[in-house]
Amino acid sequence: MKAIVTVVGKDKKGIIAKVSTALYECGVNIVDISQTIMQDMFTMIMMVEFGAENVSVQDITNRLSEIEQEMGLKIHVQREEIFSSMHRI
Amino acid sequence: MINPFEILETINMIDHENLDIRTITMGISLRSCAGQDIDTVCKKVYDKITMYAKDLVKTGEDIERQFGIPIINKRISVTPISTLIDALDEPTVEKCVQLAKTLDKAAKAVGVNFLGGYTALVHKGYTKGERVLIESIPQALAATELVCSSVNIGSTRAGINMDAVKQMGETVKKAAEITADKNGFACAKLVVFCNAVEDNPFMAGAFLGEGEGECVINVGVSGPGVVKCALEKVRGKDFGVVAETVKKTAFKITRMGQLVAQEASRRLGVPFGIVDLSLAPTPAVGDSVAYILEEMGLEKCGAHGTTAALALLNDAVKKGGVMASGYVGGLSGAFIPVSEDAGMIAAAKCGALTIEKLEAMTCVCSVGLDMIVIPGDTPASTISAIIADEAAIGMINQKTTAVRIIPAPGLKEGDEVEFGGLLGTGPVMPVKPYLSDEFIARGGRIPAPINSLKN
Repeated sequence: MKAIVTVVGKDKKGIIAKVSTALYECGVNIVDISQTIMQDMFTMIMMVEFGAENVSVQDITNRLSEIEQEMGLKIHVQREEIFSSMHRI
Repeated sequence: MINPFEILETINMIDHENLDIRTITMGISLRSCAGQDIDTVCKKVYDKITMYAKDLVKTGEDIERQFGIPIINKRISVTPISTLIDALDEPTVEKCVQLAKTLDKAAKAVGVNFLGGYTALVHKGYTKGERVLIESIPQALAATELVCSSVNIGSTRAGINMDAVKQMGETVKKAAEITADKNGFACAKLVVFCNAVEDNPFMAGAFLGEGEGECVINVGVSGPGVVKCALEKVRGKDFGVVAETVKKTAFKITRMGQLVAQEASRRLGVPFGIVDLSLAPTPAVGDSVAYILEEMGLEKCGAHGTTAALALLNDAVKKGGVMASGYVGGLSGAFIPVSEDAGMIAAAKCGALTIEKLEAMTCVCSVGLDMIVIPGDTPASTISAIIADEAAIGMINQKTTAVRIIPAPGLKEGDEVEFGGLLGTGPVMPVKPYLSDEFIARGGRIPAPINSLKN
C-alpha cells in the first residue's frame, strides 16, 4: 500500500532523522522524498510503501503524532489514492 | 510522484477551507418488511436496518482516517414508510408513530446521524396509508430524534396535488406547535417536495425510491469554502474565468467524493449508487454559499444580481462535477439553507435577503426554500401557499424544489432561533401579511403543465 506523508512546520534540526527513523521502525519503506522551505516553513513530502498486513495508516499516524507534538509540526499520513484521484484524470 | 503543490493544495483544502464529504448515506429497501401486523413489521424493520448498516459508521470512520478526509455524517435512507403503512391491517396514527420510534431506535443502534424515509409520495393522489402517515408526521417527528420526513406533493408529469399542499401547510404548523419547547424543531426534519429524487443522500429529504435496489451507497460532497477560496484568486476577472474556476474546483471536490463512494461501496459490499455533487454550507465561518456569491462582487447575498450569480455557480458546479464521477445524481447543485449558512444568516438579518428573493433563487439553485424561520402566527394557509408557489417553480421548470420552513411558535420578525449543530441559527423572516386562505381551500389538483411552447 502507498501513502503520502507530509510534514510542515518551523525548520529545526533532526526533523528528517526523526520522521524517517519512526517510519523505519514501523517497517515502512520511503519510496520518494521531496523537501523545500516555503514561506519559512519546512515542508517535506514523502511517498511511502508498506505491507498492509503488517502496519496500517492509523498505526503510522499514531507513531508520527508523537514526533508531531514533540517538535511542533503538522504531520499528515494519507493514502496515495486521494491525491491521484483528485489531481489526475 | 504527484506534484508537491497538488498535495499541499489538497491538504490546505481540508485543513483550512472546510472541504469534507458531507455524508455517506446507505439506502436500504424495507419492502421485504411489509406485513399486516405492526409488531412483526417493526421487528423486521429493526432487524434489517441493524443488520445492513451495522458496519456503516465504522467503515466511514476508517475511510476518514486512512484518507485524511473528514466524513461529517453517516446516514440511512429507507423505502417510503407509507408503503409499509399501506400493507398494515388497519393503519392508524399510533401504528405509524410506533414504526417511527422503531426507525429511531435502529438508527441509534447503528450510530448514524439521521435516518430519512418517513415519507409519502402523493403528487397525484393519496392511498389510505399515505393519508394516515401524513397525519402522523407531527407526532412521529416529536417522538423521535433522528427520523426525517418528506412528502412529495407535485411533479412535472402529474401536476400539483393541492389537497396535499393544504394538508402539508397544516402539518408543518402542527409539527412546530407540538415541539414549541424546541422552537418548532420538528419542522427542521420535514421537507415538502415537488419532483423529489429517489437517490438523494441529503437530509431531511432522503428516501430510497421505488426504482432503487435492495441496498445502495450514495455520497454527498461539500465544499463551499474551497470554491470561495478559489474565487478569491480571480478577483476582478470576467465571468468566463469565474465559471472555469468553479468548474475546476468542483471537479476536484467530486473526485474525492467518487473515491470515498467507491471505497465505502467496496468495503461494505454494497453497490455504489451516485455521488451528489452539492455545495452544502455549514454555519462554520468560511463554509458558506452566500460568501461565494458575495465574492463574485455582490455587497450582500440577496442584492440584485444574486440570482444570476447563483445560476452561474450552480451550473458550473454541475459541469465540473459530472466528469469527475461515473454516476452523478441526487440533488446536485448549490444549497441555500438560510439557518445553515453564515453568510445567509447575516444577509437575512440585515434585510438584504428576503423570502421573495430566496424564491427567485430557487429557480436556479439545487433545491428550494430551506431552513427558513417564519413568525409563529403565520396561518397554515399561508404556509400552504408558500409550498404551492415553490412547487409551481419546480413543476414548470422540471426541477426539484422543496420547502423546509419553521413557523417558530411565539416568535416574531427580528427574533432568532438557535437550532445548534449543522442546523445553525435562524433569524425569523417576515412573510406577506395578505391571506391566501380561499386559494388554498379550493383543493383538487393543478394539472400537469405543457412541455412545449416554452416561453
